[in-house]
Amino acid sequence: MILGIETSVDHVGVAVGDYRGIRAHSMLASDRRHAESLTPMIQFVLQQADATMADLSTIAVDVGPGLFTGMRVGIASAASLAWALELPVVPVCSLDALAMNAEWSDNVVAASLDARRGEVYWSLYRMRGVGMEPLRLTEPVVSSPEDMAVHLADRGEDITCVGTGFIRHAALFEDVPWALMAGEPHAFPTAQQVVVLASHRIAADDTVGAGKITPMYLRAPDAEINWLTREAAQ
Amino acid sequence: MTSHVVNESTVVLAIETSCDETAASVVMGGNDVLSSIVSSQIEIHARFGGVVPEVASRAHLEALIPVVNAAITEAGIVPPRVDVVAATAGPGLIGALLVGVSAAKSLALVWDKPFVGVNHLEAHLYAGLLDDPTLQFPLVVLLVSGGHTMIIEMRGHGDYAIMGRTIDDAAGEAYDKVARYLQLGYPGGPAIDKIAPSGNPHAVEFPRAMMHDGLDVSFSGLKTSVINYVKKNPDVSNVDVAASFQAAVVDVLCAKTIRAAQKVGAKGIVLGGGVSANSLLRSEMTARGAAAGFTVALPSRDMCTDNAAMIAAAAWHRLASDGPTSLSCGAYPNLKLDAVPR
Repeated sequence: MILGIETSVDHVGVAVGDYRGIRAHSMLASDRRHAESLTPMIQFVLQQADATMADLSTIAVDVGPGLFTGMRVGIASAASLAWALELPVVPVCSLDALAMNAEWSDNVVAASLDARRGEVYWSLYRMRGVGMEPLRLTEPVVSSPEDMAVHLADRGEDITCVGTGFIRHAALFEDVPWALMAGEPHAFPTAQQVVVLASHRIAADDTVGAGKITPMYLRAPDAEINWLTREAAQ
Repeated sequence: MTSHVVNESTVVLAIETSCDETAASVVMGGNDVLSSIVSSQIEIHARFGGVVPEVASRAHLEALIPVVNAAITEAGIVPPRVDVVAATAGPGLIGALLVGVSAAKSLALVWDKPFVGVNHLEAHLYAGLLDDPTLQFPLVVLLVSGGHTMIIEMRGHGDYAIMGRTIDDAAGEAYDKVARYLQLGYPGGPAIDKIAPSGNPHAVEFPRAMMHDGLDVSFSGLKTSVINYVKKNPDVSNVDVAASFQAAVVDVLCAKTIRAAQKVGAKGIVLGGGVSANSLLRSEMTARGAAAGFTVALPSRDMCTDNAAMIAAAAWHRLASDGPTSLSCGAYPNLKLDAVPR
């Protein structure tokens, strides 16, 4: 069974399940109390699924892009669980999971999360069918929402837009004919989607060891940016 | 809150990620250190001249599993032998702390063992006891690091009183700032410690702030004096300035610590924290403490700086007195010395 962890956005989520479906899940709008909520939630969800640690075969975790501190809480927990249980890990991109919110879409899907400081994380997908893994058309990037809008408009086709990146910057996409906004209920990736995506990756033997989970930050720490800028200026 | 049975065979795995060292350690019976692994980030932060929180948090996450794995392997145990999993819960950098806390809680959950969230300041008090378990209470502990400068009366396990503290910069902070100004490198403590012995400590008589005024200390004025002196005397030897600065810091720390020990009738003086790895502080405190009739315990340099063995030792005592910490424990960046993480 797969344990899925979602902590890269404002809420915390845990789900257990496999390719046949989700057995149990829990979600908390946490106000960024990721670390406080996550461990008890894992315990609770396993209990609800009538499962124990010994029933787990894979740990799946959202590795961002998203909230740096939240991502690290999820990754440190997933890595520790996988190390202690000697299980493989499936690192899941937050935007891939988010795109699953539009798995019904025949159009290209744009998944975008608010990156704050006036920027968004985003990438484009084509859904291959219900329950299938989304196909990435562009790699995840961080940019201004205006840049994202220009890229999307240039495609010259209808695009289904999901995520907080669009909700936060809704004004940019109002009255834009090609933008089909998915809306609030579809704004976040969830632990269930992390589990579903992981089940595809396991089938493709696409897993890593506990010590090999790479976070997807997409943005350097401020100090490094300042340092590089200063070096370049000298 | 229920106390927990701990004894000589209780094995604690502890993780420390509060600042710029990723550390894990296995300690049996509260003082038998089976392994103590420390992965330092000093080189990563050196170019910034100080610890950058986001950079530190990223490095902790990267080092986490290799360090924990090494602690278990080096201890020569199998994971089921671990009875308790502990982590520093505060004080420290919140993003950094959360890496260790999340990892330790997850391990406690998998292994179905108690979790203990440890107060990093309290753990520094246990570093001295780890190296010398024969020490008798009450002790006076001088805790000096990049983030803290405190003189603490340790009356017994879990029973502390802060007798004096810095009113501005921590001693280690003053070292870093002076070293940066003199362009001696980072971290400042070891840099100054290295060159000071070849300088004249009486070349400049820098002020000893609040020397005769209670047990609190202040280093901000000293730092400013050093900078002003060098500005006025640009040809002065860096080595003499470093030696004179260090002499002033150590003079104040020794005088105040010994006065505190006399005040409470301490049975010993213990050093703790990164700055207590400083050569002059160690030799002066030993000599002046002995002259005043006090045993001075100097933890090994590895125990002075941040490590997880002291976290394990503190966890062992806290589990006995207060029981386990909840799995809903978070991180407490401003945790006070007498606060127990819940």
